[in-house]
Amino acid sequence: MISESIVPLFVAVPLAGAFLTALLKRVRGIPDILGVMSSFSGFVLSVFFLVRMQAERTVLVLNVGNWGGFQEVMGRIVGIQMVVDGFTIFMLLIVNFVAFLVAVYSVSYMTRYTDKWQFHTLFLLMLAGMNGVLVTGDMFNLFVFVEVASIASYALVGFGTGKRELEASFKYAVMGGVASLLILLGIIFLYSATGTLNMGDMKTVLSEWSVQPALIYLVFGLFLAGFGLKAAIVPFHAWLPDAHPSAPAPISAMLSGVLIKALGVYAIARVFITVFGFPRQVSIILLVLAAISMGVGALVALRQWDMKRLLAYSSISQVGYIMLGFGIGTPLGIMGALFHLFNHSMFKSLLFLDSGAVEYATGTRNMKEMGGLARKMPVTSGSTLAGAMSLAGIPPFAGFWSKLVIIVAAVQAHHMKLAAWAVLMSIVTIAYVLKVTRFAFLGELREKFRDIREVPALMRIPLIILALMCIFGGLLLVPQVRDVLLSPAVRVLAENGGM
Amino acid sequence: MNAHMPYILCLILFCIGIYAVLSKRNIIKIILGVVIAEYAVNLFLILVAYKAGGRAAIFSTTEHIAPQSMVDPLPHALVLTSIVIGLATTAFMIALAIRLYGKYGTFDITRMRELRG
Repeated sequence: MISESIVPLFVAVPLAGAFLTALLKRVRGIPDILGVMSSFSGFVLSVFFLVRMQAERTVLVLNVGNWGGFQEVMGRIVGIQMVVDGFTIFMLLIVNFVAFLVAVYSVSYMTRYTDKWQFHTLFLLMLAGMNGVLVTGDMFNLFVFVEVASIASYALVGFGTGKRELEASFKYAVMGGVASLLILLGIIFLYSATGTLNMGDMKTVLSEWSVQPALIYLVFGLFLAGFGLKAAIVPFHAWLPDAHPSAPAPISAMLSGVLIKALGVYAIARVFITVFGFPRQVSIILLVLAAISMGVGALVALRQWDMKRLLAYSSISQVGYIMLGFGIGTPLGIMGALFHLFNHSMFKSLLFLDSGAVEYATGTRNMKEMGGLARKMPVTSGSTLAGAMSLAGIPPFAGFWSKLVIIVAAVQAHHMKLAAWAVLMSIVTIAYVLKVTRFAFLGELREKFRDIREVPALMRIPLIILALMCIFGGLLLVPQVRDVLLSPAVRVLAENGGM
Repeated sequence: MNAHMPYILCLILFCIGIYAVLSKRNIIKIILGVVIAEYAVNLFLILVAYKAGGRAAIFSTTEHIAPQSMVDPLPHALVLTSIVIGLATTAFMIALAIRLYGKYGTFDITRMRELRG
């Protein structure tokens, strides 16, 4: 069928875009056009698959390189498979949508830097890696794509090549490198135990064992540490508050909005829920780590004055909410987690892009130096307000509904203390969100900022679109929309969860 | 010789690498730590494929070799990929180290303290 055979385009189009950008770097405007077009085609492709999935309701499997015929001869799957199911499509839509808006934004924003083509090349490589992580059905292939995306992101964090940027990039590269080694080690152990690298096969082999060997627990630990580092769950979060603020604003938006979810959260959900069948020990560890992440992230965010650093700590806290939903493990909890994942992608990319817009206009990220920007920058301040309200969980903004679903799921699963903790932390969230709006946008305008102007149109449009997603994101819960987007993704995970 | 010996040596190598990453102050030594740990993982990947008295996984028309007596060829293919990825990471980190030296005039990680909080 034709639609299976175009699955590799998710990886191939950004890759081709990256190399063409490097080749045609001297032609004016080409890097910008290629960056925007490649990420836009990724979005069109994911919409195409969403529509097709609605019609057929099947999981698409592609045997890369036509190794499928060997399956009968060998009795098991040979070669790499690419799998597109409801969860994959949900993630692909988010990743490519945010990437497209970020690419549009960076056309204007990145003029501050030299060598814009390098930015677009690395950006598209990162996108290719993330899309690869999402579509692959093979463990080792997953590792390779995680590395493609990670190495591109190390370089992007250090893109400014200032003191801070280089330091953050080095820290991130070392920690990310160690995380990758742990993931690879876990994959090797799994391969030696099951004799296969295909996720579906692995699941079958694992479910046939009556007794889980001790080796499996070692693998759990390695994967939790490895993917936990990529997802920046406390205690593996040390790199994030340095790396995210140091990157250029569009990259902060990509890292916080999408990368930690594709490489970290998605991989954890995919490996632990669909391959391992979500063992109870793991769900307890996830709940504990999620609770700690929520608390540490929110409380440390409260005392930050650097706008991007505050948002970075807030990401740690919000990923805690997502992991809480997965940890609960009931279909409602998983739906809350996925919904919050979607909302967090929207509002956190929006807020990072807004912080970039403020920096673009005023040249500072320190909120003590700002004030009264609302009058001079109506679009930026309006969209920040929408994103901030969604982050704080004020009804009727999108973030409220997803937090509500997670908390209701926690209550239903009799995790009363966790539900109370989640409510308490969302109050702390409101506090630090108010700090941003109060100090940056309200109050008296400073004398030195009297002549600042609103950012260019190409930066405004993504802000407006993302702000609309924050305001109307709650509509994802309307049954008609939910059946298209959320429910298929939840079904993939809940079927395997066995809880 | 104990049959577990290679695995234990491999584990020791991995621990040396992680120890260097965690405790060394010189950037170059930290990078070397990552490289050592990475080699330990690659070595382990090859050890998984090893079979006592195994042969190369090549079928031949002149001589019959049972597939059971062959070593597992898949990890050999994987380790190549892993080495190439390791090369990219190492090259990137060394490039960063050079730029860091240019900015700070030192390789000492404890003197690079622009970021805190």
